[in-house]
Amino acid sequence: MTNLEQFRQETRDWLDENCPASMRQPVKSDKDQCWGGRNWQFTNDDQRVWLERMAERGWTVPQWPTEYGGGGLSQAEAKILKQEMARIHARRPLDSFGIDMLGPALLKFASEEQKQRFIPPIIRGEIRWCQGYSEPNAGSDLASLQARADDKGDHYLINGSKVWTSYADKSDWIFCLVRTDFEAPKHQGISFLLFDMASPGITTHPIKLISGFSPFCETFFENVEVPKENLIGDINKGWNIAKYLLTHEREMIGGFGLLRAGVTTLGQQAVAAIGTRDERLADDGLRSDITAFEIDEMAFAATVERVVDEAKAGQGTGAASSLIKLYGTELNKTRYELLMSLGGSDALFWGNDEDTTVSKDWLRSKGNSIEGGTSEIQLNIIAKRILGLPS
Amino acid sequence: MALILNEEQQMLRDSAKSFITESSPVSSLRERRDRGEEWSPELWQGMAEMGWAGMVIPEAYGGLEFGYVGAGLVMEECGRVLASSPLLSSSFVSASLIASLGSDEQKETLLPAIASGASIVSLAVNETDRFDPTVTALTAQQDGDEFVLNGTKRHVLDGKIANTFIVAAKTAGNADETRLFVVADDAPGITVEASRNADTRLVTSMQFDGVRVAAENLLGDAGATWPALERALDIGAVLSAAELSGLAQEAFERTLEYLKERKQFGVPVGSFQALQHRAAQLFCELELCKSAILKAGQAIDEDLPERSRLASMAKAKTAKTAKLAVNEAVQMFCGIGMTDEFDIGFFMKRAAAACQEFGDYYYHADRFARLGGY
Repeated sequence: MTNLEQFRQETRDWLDENCPASMRQPVKSDKDQCWGGRNWQFTNDDQRVWLERMAERGWTVPQWPTEYGGGGLSQAEAKILKQEMARIHARRPLDSFGIDMLGPALLKFASEEQKQRFIPPIIRGEIRWCQGYSEPNAGSDLASLQARADDKGDHYLINGSKVWTSYADKSDWIFCLVRTDFEAPKHQGISFLLFDMASPGITTHPIKLISGFSPFCETFFENVEVPKENLIGDINKGWNIAKYLLTHEREMIGGFGLLRAGVTTLGQQAVAAIGTRDERLADDGLRSDITAFEIDEMAFAATVERVVDEAKAGQGTGAASSLIKLYGTELNKTRYELLMSLGGSDALFWGNDEDTTVSKDWLRSKGNSIEGGTSEIQLNIIAKRILGLPS
Repeated sequence: MALILNEEQQMLRDSAKSFITESSPVSSLRERRDRGEEWSPELWQGMAEMGWAGMVIPEAYGGLEFGYVGAGLVMEECGRVLASSPLLSSSFVSASLIASLGSDEQKETLLPAIASGASIVSLAVNETDRFDPTVTALTAQQDGDEFVLNGTKRHVLDGKIANTFIVAAKTAGNADETRLFVVADDAPGITVEASRNADTRLVTSMQFDGVRVAAENLLGDAGATWPALERALDIGAVLSAAELSGLAQEAFERTLEYLKERKQFGVPVGSFQALQHRAAQLFCELELCKSAILKAGQAIDEDLPERSRLASMAKAKTAKTAKLAVNEAVQMFCGIGMTDEFDIGFFMKRAAAACQEFGDYYYHADRFARLGGY
């Protein structure tokens, strides 16, 4: 048996023993996802146990270095873990912007002391992070942001506001882009700061969306004092960190377009809803649209797999994150349009405000091609940075 | 298995690229078209010397046993320069059928000759205007130690240059059962009629009038025939997709260069966002095609149960994308793209033909859906 085969067997055995049965059910609503943090209320004991067991092994972040509590797995081992989790339809133990966005940037740009301080609580799901990027006048043109941090000797003083701050009202800390130089060109006066959302002077207001849910907030900073040691990287050099982090955010959002383990395919759902005629889905038009969608979905999944494997082998194509963001989010929107079509009038069911319904998920999906950089911004990035088309 | 090329495959791609761009540039297609020649025996000789004709054939029969991901890389490079050869029909599809179904004697007779390029064996399955291997009206009536074949085959690839055909027939007595026969091109009663297509290649219709075939030329057992044929057609679909992918990438790269050079309103037309976004979208589609083909190629090499669905996914996705790529190319080259003097039109013509070979978008989309249970 090779080392990898042995690793697969051991992983399979460990998961069999340690993944609670209820954590092998498909994620049906937000309540099934575990976000962790100081104020997190576990939905049930299984959710807590599953997080603790996985965090103990560092498997909430399989490839992060062991010195900070990560799993230290190779790409090949991480892939096996993912496959074995998918095999039993195991849920992700922890959904976290700390994992998907901040962590990779800290590993690359933070000082050793900062890594020791901030990374372990991310891995264990003890601190929930939010992202302070967009502002009312800085959306697609993110670098024009105006929230300011003034140097007050022993601390920075933050004033300004952020918008579309995901779960700001539920988060413990924020990673935030602030302007530290108003004279420099816009990309060269931005810094990357971390601070506690419990600091005096911070208020958050949830924004009610067309889906009825409020995952995003407006966030206001009024004379918020932030210790200087919370600056990541050099002063005025935050844009590089911001961009690096965005590539991870894009890959995360683009991953929404992937079929989740344990969820039936759109074609199978359509058969259940509509039935067949001559062994084909009874609605010809819907059948051809679903077919086109599933072909793209499968080719996209293969592309995500290839991008990951290429990165491992050092053959990366560069700005793959824009491709994944663009394609994955557009696919996800198509998925929900088709789900609405195959459900007919039934799919419009709204229920109570807190109910998760297809209609609400459908409306939520519209934001996928906006958040983290619009589809049009991704097309600009691909055209200029990959294809080298002139400005 | 990682979804990337290994070192050997990368080396193969590099050597394929340098050989084919050298020996079969697009200009040679134009010259052959103007002279009215269908193909180049010299190119075929060169491909055989590179080992391509024996690429998927077992080493015991004179091949390289390199696998279908590798065959796809060769087809992709051939697609880039629009090279015409019997690689797909003979060396990949027919050879795979013979290797999986043939008796030791059949393999001994046929495979080394295919591997060396000396023999060209084409698959005569299709009888309809639009590709559909499930329709077989051609009959094989047993008469003592022989079978008598009557019927027609259409759109047979390389039918004019093949010296041997693998012919699908219904044996009398069991109309549901498809059997395959190895038939020499000079067997009495065969008429081959060739006509020239838009892509300059000759396609053939074949008439079988009382063609007598010895029973020993039956290929494979009754029960094994359809699964092996399906596998061979999956191979045809994936490798045809690989050819289209190369063709589409090349058309796209030529278009990109033009967008950077061509100036209107005092600026390169590639600076216009209307064109940039279309180019970026096409780039994404082409990347998906590459992944789809690699995934399907690995499924063939590893004999995975989802092989057929992946093969149909790859051909459907690539056929659709290749059409988009050549249509965008002609539109973005504008007036010059409409001229015969300019090469891009060749890409559009070949794409249309290659889309049909082993099934077009609609055939494979339907099959993909059926295999998915809807």
